[in-house]
Amino acid sequence: MDEALTGKVIAVNGPIVKAVGLTGIKMFDIAEVGADRLIGEVIRLAGEITIIQVYEDNTGLKPGDEVISYGRPLSVLLGPGLIANIYDGIQRPLVGISEVCGSYIKKGIKLSPLDVNKKWDFQPLVKAGDEIREGTIIGEIQESPLVIHRVLVPLGISGRLVNIVNAGAYTIEENIFAIDTTAGLYNGKLATYWPVRKPRPNKNRKKPFVPLITGQRIIDTFFPIARGGTAAIPGGFGTGKTMTQHALAKWCNADIIVYIGCGERGNEMTDVLTDFPKLIDERNGRPLIERTVMIANTSNMPVPAREVSIYTGVTIAEYYRDMGYSVAVMADSTSRWAEALRELSSRLGDMPAEEGFPPYLGTRLAEFYERAGLVETLSGRDGDITIIGAVSPPGGDFSEPVTQHTSRFVRCFWALDKILADARHYPSISWIDSYTEYLTDIEDWWKNLDDKWLITRNDVMNILLEDHRLEQVVKLVGSDALPPSEQYILFCAEIIKNAFLQQNSFDPQDKFCAPEKQLKLLNSLLTLYKKGLELVHNGVSVKNIATQDVVSEIVRLKSEVPNKELTEIDAYMKRLEQTLATLKTSL
Amino acid sequence: MSSEIEYTNLSGISGPLIFVDGVKDVGYGDIVEIRDATGVLRIGQTLEVDEQKAVVQIFEGTSGLSVQGTRVTFVGKALEIPVDREMLGRVFDGLGRPIDGAPQIITDRMMNVNGLPINPWSREYPRDFIQTGISAIDGMNTLIRGQKLPIFSGSGLPHNRIAAQIARQARILTAEEEFTVIFAAMGVKFDVARFFIDSLEESGVLTHSAIFLSLADSPSIERLVTPRSALTLAEYLAFEEGMHVLVILTDMTNYCEALRELSSSRGEIPSRKGYPGYLYSDLASVYERAGRLKEGKGSITQMPILTMPSDDISHPVPDLTGYITEGQIVLERELFNKGIYPPIAGLPSLSRLMKDGIGEGRTRKDHGQVAAQLFASYAKVKRIRALAAIVGEEELSDLDKIYLKFGTAFEETFLCQAYDENRSIEQTLEIGWKMLSLLPRDELYRIAREDIQRYYIPEKENE
Repeated sequence: MDEALTGKVIAVNGPIVKAVGLTGIKMFDIAEVGADRLIGEVIRLAGEITIIQVYEDNTGLKPGDEVISYGRPLSVLLGPGLIANIYDGIQRPLVGISEVCGSYIKKGIKLSPLDVNKKWDFQPLVKAGDEIREGTIIGEIQESPLVIHRVLVPLGISGRLVNIVNAGAYTIEENIFAIDTTAGLYNGKLATYWPVRKPRPNKNRKKPFVPLITGQRIIDTFFPIARGGTAAIPGGFGTGKTMTQHALAKWCNADIIVYIGCGERGNEMTDVLTDFPKLIDERNGRPLIERTVMIANTSNMPVPAREVSIYTGVTIAEYYRDMGYSVAVMADSTSRWAEALRELSSRLGDMPAEEGFPPYLGTRLAEFYERAGLVETLSGRDGDITIIGAVSPPGGDFSEPVTQHTSRFVRCFWALDKILADARHYPSISWIDSYTEYLTDIEDWWKNLDDKWLITRNDVMNILLEDHRLEQVVKLVGSDALPPSEQYILFCAEIIKNAFLQQNSFDPQDKFCAPEKQLKLLNSLLTLYKKGLELVHNGVSVKNIATQDVVSEIVRLKSEVPNKELTEIDAYMKRLEQTLATLKTSL
Repeated sequence: MSSEIEYTNLSGISGPLIFVDGVKDVGYGDIVEIRDATGVLRIGQTLEVDEQKAVVQIFEGTSGLSVQGTRVTFVGKALEIPVDREMLGRVFDGLGRPIDGAPQIITDRMMNVNGLPINPWSREYPRDFIQTGISAIDGMNTLIRGQKLPIFSGSGLPHNRIAAQIARQARILTAEEEFTVIFAAMGVKFDVARFFIDSLEESGVLTHSAIFLSLADSPSIERLVTPRSALTLAEYLAFEEGMHVLVILTDMTNYCEALRELSSSRGEIPSRKGYPGYLYSDLASVYERAGRLKEGKGSITQMPILTMPSDDISHPVPDLTGYITEGQIVLERELFNKGIYPPIAGLPSLSRLMKDGIGEGRTRKDHGQVAAQLFASYAKVKRIRALAAIVGEEELSDLDKIYLKFGTAFEETFLCQAYDENRSIEQTLEIGWKMLSLLPRDELYRIAREDIQRYYIPEKENE
């Protein structure tokens, strides 16, 4: 351990503390402040003066109080035991805190993020004498029934393996292996530290090509995201950002979920905490909590820890990516993170840019989203991180700085619409304002299911776009003034909205819609549109089609047909075609 | 602990702030006692300290203070108020000092008004349905015990009546438990406070309610402490005494204006409309003090009231509030002008905790779907009305005309009720079905077929 530097506080302004006497301290080193040893981080150096942001409530701190630093950067502890855990923004375990100090978070608490007493069943995969490089997988641990924890050689360590323990149970503090490096013998354990603000390296980055299947129709079919991609969910309050994030965290097919509740509601985190152990993943029959890591820095917890929480989350994600997993990071909400940045920057007296945000807002956002991607890891396996960030624009106005900067760095934009949310049409993702740049990247994956996927998708999308255009006309003249073919487009668009776009995340059948089911529903809708339009051109009235029982049945398929019994949709399709054919012959 | 040094001269006064030079051993957030030349005591708190000076905000305001002759003592701990069951039935100022003429509260239990953040792990997810007897709330925007559900109002709208009606009628269906109301008034007129006190008295809950008043003529800075004092007492009663507390905070817009005033005197960089960049975090430190704990029986349900300046819901105060609270009850001037009480807007109102507090075993199985269908159908009514305004009602399709009929009935029968009308949830749902049955069955696509079968009222029976 390095020798401790000591200094003293000279000024306190909210969580920003100025100290002197810490000669040699580096940017982003941890500093422990005052008698309570509050955790802080060096965020600026100005001559003799060190500026520290404190991650805990610092009322009572006085000029003259002591500051200690060990010269280490703010780091997360990476090792088995992260899964199913819940941390605050600086990786303190909330369960442990509640055991020590009850229902409230008191300041100055220091606890190991991982259980140091728990013994993990370790299975070595290499043997003494092997040449080992950084990032190599040297053994495995069954961390949860869903996750095999692959123990990696720490970055920067390479050489000949001198020694490795036999299969057996070990704690994270025991020596597991020793490597003869050029810098001497390195003793490795099951857990390592990594600085939060530094991205973990990889061999090379690849172009994403597999879609992240979310089971949400409007996303998978219309605005898909690739594994390793980035997406933003902007929306005013009450438009369902958190509900959409929850739905994605529950049903998307990533191996690991890192859920970051950044400056959001306490009760919502409790909802995740009580829901996830009970919800069962259909694919493996296990509770969702067994693949989830949670970071909760709710809005009433200290603001600086909110700023660091997204880095804590994404570093944990990178660690699992390096084991070769597909990881999805949900950050709710990046606007609260940006506001924390603004608050701290304002206390530092920075010259503000737009709406008081610091000029480096864009850079910081870019750095964060850049930590997503599909990569070849140092162990040679592929791993990926998908980042989905919620954005909370003030007044629901997308022209504000956080939304604007975010949209420059993400390739998928799921805009939430107030009008849809008011009508309780969830997910309230607008099909007009949203976009994705991944369509062509993932087209091949869908083609394995259906050759014409993209064409079908675009055909249905065009109905919706045409509907949007016609709605403008209808607003002026009423729908009766339109020719029947256009009235039929309006009718079909309405059906598409109710039968496909709208999805009930609390309905047992509807909450997760398998890609195959999405395709079949989409094809039924397109058949209704195409065949029906032909009839309308031949003089059948829209009303005549609309009042057919089989037609009104289409909105119920999503909630009445289970993912595993899709032949029911085929049967439905036959009935639909027959009914429309009968209408044709009756002409 | 305190050093009790008295400083005699100030180096400056600006708005609610004073600047004291040459201070020693003063902590950030320390409580400060200030005595002016005549000896009158005021309370303040340090906002910023360095080796030479301290910046102190004074809760009672600085009027009448002079740079010379003012004596300042740093007491050295955060602001605390006494908490005790005896405080029920009493009236206090914003700092928790009795103003009803009755004796001081004698207790050795003091609590920091700022509280501590609740560990999300220690929270219990709120699930208990509170029946308010108001259809628009119970049926469509259910209030849950432990929820923070604000009323977004405008000047002249009956938000106070609605809050009073809720305080009077709120009941838990499952059990009889100790229930209490804490009322905190920030910068409102005396009449408003009087109205609440009277209506609490009429319904017989005044004797187990506590009232914190910082009225319009009190210094604005005191408003920043008032809700925190109220919530501190609420936390004590809920989590230590096991009571179920409803906290009504009015008017949060005045609170935010006091915060803006303070921020501007400190020369801080403003964000939207001059409000400080930390308005969100500051509001969260008030609103998040609601909920339930795994340990401890009680609960805090918060109902903050705020008036939206020029009815603008995108104004920073309602906007940031909406991002923190678990939904909102929005009052609408258009409904109010039509004579509908309570004028609770059908569409922008929302209760986020509703989904887990209703349904089978809690209210009724069809509750969620009925609410979703009412929202969806009423949204359609709004679209058709906009269209009718342009093309005329005559030009509408038959189905559209049915929707208009539904819309009017929904407003006049479902939303509208009397100030003293207390509807059970069954009555609310029954009225809801009457409304929905005005529409053809096929239009009820949000409701399961078996429920339509069971509850849909055929045309000839639906009067």
